[in-house]
Amino acid sequence: MVPLFVLIPFFSIIILNLFPKKLMQHLSFVWLGFLSLAQVYLVAAHPVWFWDTKLELWNLLFSFHYSVDVITLVVLLCIGIVVFVSLLASRAMISDVHQRVNFKNLLLVTLIGMNATALVTDVFSLYVFIEITAVSSYIMIAMNKDALGLEGAFKYLILSAIATVMMLTAISLLLLLTGNTSFETVGAGLAGAGNSLFVRVSIGLFLCGLFIKSGLVPFHGWLPDAYSAAPAPASILLAGIVTKVSGVYVLMRLAVSVFGLTPSVQALLMFIGAVSIIIGAIAALTQTDFKRMLAYSSISQIGYIILGVGCGTKLALIGAVFHLFNHAIFKSLLFVNAASVEKELGTTDMDKMGGLTQRMPVTGITSVIGLLSTAGIPPLSGFWSKFIIIIALWQAGNFGYAAFALLASIITLAYFLSMQRKVFFGKLKAGLENIKESSISLIVSQAVLAIITLGVGLIFPLVISWR
Amino acid sequence: MNLAYTQTFWYFYIAIMLLFVMGAYYIIASFNLIRVLIGLELLIKAVTLLSILTGYLTHNEGLAQALVITLIVIEVVIMVVAGGIVVSIYRNNKTLDTRKLKELKG
Amino acid sequence: MALNLILLALLLVAGIWTVLTTRLVRSVVGLALVSAVVSILIFRLNSPLAAAFELSVCAGLISVIFVTTISFTQRLTPERLEERRKERLGKYWYLPVILIIAGILLIAFKPILDFPLPRVPSEQDTRNIIWHMRHVDLLGQILVILAGVFGVVILFKEPKK
Repeated sequence: MVPLFVLIPFFSIIILNLFPKKLMQHLSFVWLGFLSLAQVYLVAAHPVWFWDTKLELWNLLFSFHYSVDVITLVVLLCIGIVVFVSLLASRAMISDVHQRVNFKNLLLVTLIGMNATALVTDVFSLYVFIEITAVSSYIMIAMNKDALGLEGAFKYLILSAIATVMMLTAISLLLLLTGNTSFETVGAGLAGAGNSLFVRVSIGLFLCGLFIKSGLVPFHGWLPDAYSAAPAPASILLAGIVTKVSGVYVLMRLAVSVFGLTPSVQALLMFIGAVSIIIGAIAALTQTDFKRMLAYSSISQIGYIILGVGCGTKLALIGAVFHLFNHAIFKSLLFVNAASVEKELGTTDMDKMGGLTQRMPVTGITSVIGLLSTAGIPPLSGFWSKFIIIIALWQAGNFGYAAFALLASIITLAYFLSMQRKVFFGKLKAGLENIKESSISLIVSQAVLAIITLGVGLIFPLVISWR
Repeated sequence: MNLAYTQTFWYFYIAIMLLFVMGAYYIIASFNLIRVLIGLELLIKAVTLLSILTGYLTHNEGLAQALVITLIVIEVVIMVVAGGIVVSIYRNNKTLDTRKLKELKG
Repeated sequence: MALNLILLALLLVAGIWTVLTTRLVRSVVGLALVSAVVSILIFRLNSPLAAAFELSVCAGLISVIFVTTISFTQRLTPERLEERRKERLGKYWYLPVILIIAGILLIAFKPILDFPLPRVPSEQDTRNIIWHMRHVDLLGQILVILAGVFGVVILFKEPKK
């Protein structure tokens, strides 16, 4: 019944749009909430009747070759959680009913795109669904039609389209080499073709396209602009899941199932990962806008994940997947904080903020949890995943990279603590007397994400045995 | 049959590389947002030709055509959305010059 | 073979004209011409279905989209045209640099193409492939069109004054 992940949202777009607007906004809110929570439940509880029965009748009409393994399950879980949080945020942040309905439609399209990206077994279908996710993200960023949003959307569009062209060229070259586009054929063909320059050029082109999509240095030009210029629920969705699924997850899937981790690929991934970590951390130090700072720290954390993937050992891959999950959770939490701050203060400029916890207690406390998890403090979940990646690097013999990751983690920690003190604690700044706590849906989403972060950090040994 | 000795491939290969070059040049060197979109279109034409050529050389024309048709559908939608963004930018700023649109520095 | 060479030369000439012309509408016409030549080349490479699609959609629909977008934006007045012309001359030096790099890449990559082509027995009829074997791509195309419809509805609306 796994194709239902893709089919049910698809039919719900068609059916939901047939209702009149007044009825539709409540109906779509409830239905989207139900879909995302159902996705979380189905992955977490893993009922056999769902995952193992095959829909015989549907297979005549819609044959969907999918494959599910552990990385897919983790990604589906992240998608469910972040879509739910984004839905709640849209209820609080977008006041116009028509805009909210548009956003929910686009959210459904993005949900289908990401679910299908996680499930397909064919290189070209992967490309099609990455494009679907990207197109709906462009529209979401440009939704408010303010100058900043449109410019961010255009930059993202051009760079993402260039990445698309690179990926398609690589797919054509792989077709030339192996004769078909499904994962098994390409994998078998690449394994048999050895390490000639042609193979390296085509894999290199594909990887460059994926680096642009994940926002790794030096292809990160679009990321801070797109994250900071998008409306708040779109930022949550983008930062929490879209960049990760259409960039990092695809890289992981290809590195594990198709390309195989040859030494040159590993060296490239580790180098780019390390460079992203350090440049993301340093650039985050100099920002004055809250969302841009979060965007640069995203670049840094994605660098950690790529460093883990590049290392190649089983422990490193586990660490990378776990860090993917953690980053989705705590980055979404931080962006929801930014959304509630933006809603109450009307700005995201950090120079104007100070001592916010006195007036917005839930936001303050959850942001402490989020920022400490980013920096990697025990016993929060961020610490465990970074720890695993560093240990795996040490075990694999890459002492230089391990020390480097540790050092960058300490720098991030130092900066985040000082920023935290300035913005959320400390004295209340002059014009901020009258703000009150933000609306209920934002509070709920922040609380849920913070509880997940704390919970995963505390029960970590149990999580590891579940794997 | 060896790829390097297939005669048709050579001329096509040169033409496709030159199309890539022209598309990349147009994206880098133009001031108007719409010209950037035209450059993007040229890049996608080059990739289309490369895919069909690949299909021809591996006797797999059916698969290559399916890919190209899907690609063309996606390309049309991207151009429509990009056109929508360009029109909205124009309505906000009354200009399409990239030198005057430097609000975000990143 | 000779026809292929003539078509490729025509392709490159049309491409260079598209890139180097000063007026925007001529660039769009050049793009349509490039699409038409690409479509004929695709037909010569034994792929009639893709050629028909490319001709009707890219040389037709996309040109209409570009002209529509241009019609929403301002026309260039003659004085600004002259000053544009002078500015663009300064940027033309990019083209020879990129051409030289491309030439070097072309020559350097010749020996790597020395591998046997795969002989995978496969389905030949494109209609069969799209409708029976690749349902996921079909779903993807429908979704992309839906997303495009949402985009048009959101982005092309006049802002309420």
